[in-house]
Amino acid sequence: MKTITQEYTRFLWRCFRLSFVGNWKYYSWMFALSVIALFGLNAYAKQFVQGLGTTGLTDQVSWGLYIANFTYLVGVAAAAVMLVIPVYVYKNKDLHNLVIFGELLAVVAIIMCLLFITVDLGRPDRFYHMLLRFNFPISILTWDVIALNGYLLLNLHICGYLIWCAYNKRKPTRKFYIPFVFIAIAWAISIHTVTAFLYSGLGARPFWNSAVIAPRFLASAFAAGPALIILTLQVIRGVTGYPVSEKAISTLKGIVTVALGVNMFLLISEVFTEFYTGASHSVSAKYLFFGVHGNHALVPWIWTAIGLNSLALVALLTPMSKRRWVLNLACIAMIMGIWIEKGMGLIVPAFIPSPIGEIVEYVPTLNEVLVCTGIWAFGALIYTILIRITIPVLYGELTIDTVYHTDPALIEAKKQEMNDAASVSP
Amino acid sequence: MQLPIMNTDSQNSSDGECGCGTCQYTSRPGMTRRSFLRRGTAATGAVAAIAASLNPLRELTDTDDFTVAKFIQKHYKEMDGQDMAKALAGISAQVEKRYDVRPNIRDIKPMDGVEFVYALNLTRCIGCRKCVHACVQENNQSRSPEIQYIRVLEMPRGTNDIEQGNHHYERATVPSEDHYYMPIQCHQCANPPCVKVCPVEATWQEPDGITVIDYDWCIGCRYCEAACPYWARRFNFTKPSIPKDKINPDMSYLSNRPREKGVMEKCHFCLHRTREGKMPACLEVCPTGARKFGNVLDPNSDVRKILETKRVFVLKQEVGTLPRFFYYFDERDPINKKIPTGPTGGDT
Repeated sequence: MKTITQEYTRFLWRCFRLSFVGNWKYYSWMFALSVIALFGLNAYAKQFVQGLGTTGLTDQVSWGLYIANFTYLVGVAAAAVMLVIPVYVYKNKDLHNLVIFGELLAVVAIIMCLLFITVDLGRPDRFYHMLLRFNFPISILTWDVIALNGYLLLNLHICGYLIWCAYNKRKPTRKFYIPFVFIAIAWAISIHTVTAFLYSGLGARPFWNSAVIAPRFLASAFAAGPALIILTLQVIRGVTGYPVSEKAISTLKGIVTVALGVNMFLLISEVFTEFYTGASHSVSAKYLFFGVHGNHALVPWIWTAIGLNSLALVALLTPMSKRRWVLNLACIAMIMGIWIEKGMGLIVPAFIPSPIGEIVEYVPTLNEVLVCTGIWAFGALIYTILIRITIPVLYGELTIDTVYHTDPALIEAKKQEMNDAASVSP
Repeated sequence: MQLPIMNTDSQNSSDGECGCGTCQYTSRPGMTRRSFLRRGTAATGAVAAIAASLNPLRELTDTDDFTVAKFIQKHYKEMDGQDMAKALAGISAQVEKRYDVRPNIRDIKPMDGVEFVYALNLTRCIGCRKCVHACVQENNQSRSPEIQYIRVLEMPRGTNDIEQGNHHYERATVPSEDHYYMPIQCHQCANPPCVKVCPVEATWQEPDGITVIDYDWCIGCRYCEAACPYWARRFNFTKPSIPKDKINPDMSYLSNRPREKGVMEKCHFCLHRTREGKMPACLEVCPTGARKFGNVLDPNSDVRKILETKRVFVLKQEVGTLPRFFYYFDERDPINKKIPTGPTGGDT
């Protein structure tokens, strides 16, 4: 009789080994991601030695690509609740077997958020100062530390527990995860709200100092996040044959459409207030949309974002979106559109002009871009590994006592069972 | 296209090694020579690739800032006399090593019954930027890239909208007839947003009203820089560089000791001078006497008289920061001087 610790260690070891097994496509994908991630690591090593001078940041524009990506990914993490709420609150059957992929995406997104914060710090070696003198509850940044790490732990627990139960061929005990699921729903809203408060609480930056920032963050997150999940689920279905019902995709499509509509509405509200009043505080907005004194680096970006989001919204609202490629293109368009909106549209313009009226534009450096792509590749790498492990466990192929590839009949039966369950649900 | 869940055919199952690592019940203990070589090569390649990516770390030169003593050094407010003595000795040794000069470094506490206030006469300021450079010299700012705490704006007459100010004016002689000049530096707010947002309490307001930074505690998140409405804070984006002959050896812990890369700094009202009864460097160098500094709690101080008699204003009053940095213009007919009156000739 093995102890639970031994059993768990063995489970982790088997997962670790499993992540190195696949066909040539899997190897190529993982190899490519590893290479990009290592380029990122190399770029970060340079930044660590030379300082943040390797980025395009200045005293005028002191936050840029890193914080923009961080903000975007907080949204992706929060968006996992758009799978969780239908399943656990409204008992949606179509999404039931998919909710774990959303939660795993949240885990990965939070890990990426923490990495983006780390690379943005001037002195990452002093992060432990947080533990020694934590300016809570005064600094909103400390709220964000709690929110993000708490959300990471909640999702790690929920996913980990469900996978561990499936591995042990046990039915999950509801009281061990259902309460955490409901806490995680509220927590997901809170992570993006707190992140919005980071910005909207600053009187020095009129562009951020607006009550609509938090609602807009949530709306854009609930559009971009599920859009990413729609694409991810199709890839998972294509690559692993895991059952993803059409009903599930169309439920997500509905969520994405409403959220994107709300996001556009909030954007219009904000633009109206900024421009109709014509107060001098709207210089940042003027710079963003039209350029100021011959400086207009962000103008093409914001109009591209608005164009992409409008196209996506139109496509989703018309019957065209019944075609799969239209839906996928709309998802890609809004993922990009909202990414631009968060970075070039929200973080950077708040710094231009500086609080005392100086206009200094921001252009990220190659090194900075490499660090960012490295983190994205690393995130994709962990997500792939998590999926690689989760699917065989859910299929009942990787369990405590199974030697699964020796019994293909059993696997087929299980797959058939899951596919049936996914297709018969109303 | 499906990825086999447990892909055995890509592995060398012929020699009894499944390769999936999960089916320990069937796989033979131990490895075959072929799989050992293959895995060994892959593992070596991976380690080599990671090592190669980390190669730039070998160029880390400021390793004397990553010492055990620095790692266990406490927050300023938690240090006792012994801790502070140790920290000061460490800084002293570092300065001596880097700049070949023994600094007079100390930790100067605020005086009782003192609240410092700055008042700047915009009528007198001629925009010569002498204060900017005296500040850099006094406070050991990095020269390359040069960090300046004071920014002088050339303002067109007829407006006080700072967004119309010119930050980069270059003239053979100042002042220009059509402009007035507005120097901006840390306003030492009584309600400082930078202190509020700092996640690690690396910056705080002292009893004499000066907001200071513990450079050894700052984590470099730059949230304070985003929160400051006066653009008073500066970040060390690279390792600061100061020529050896330019170092000012008169130093204190919370003010002008040399900083490291990756931390914030800003104006501290020259506290190593002002807490010992001297005037700030920017005031001393000012050729026109536009700058006034002193203890607002002292009824006989210049600044107190200015606040009581001049029509002073602060920048961005609407953001609620309550600055301790006041601006004023000279007035030809001060309001409290008796102005001759005569019949109004109106309805009464």
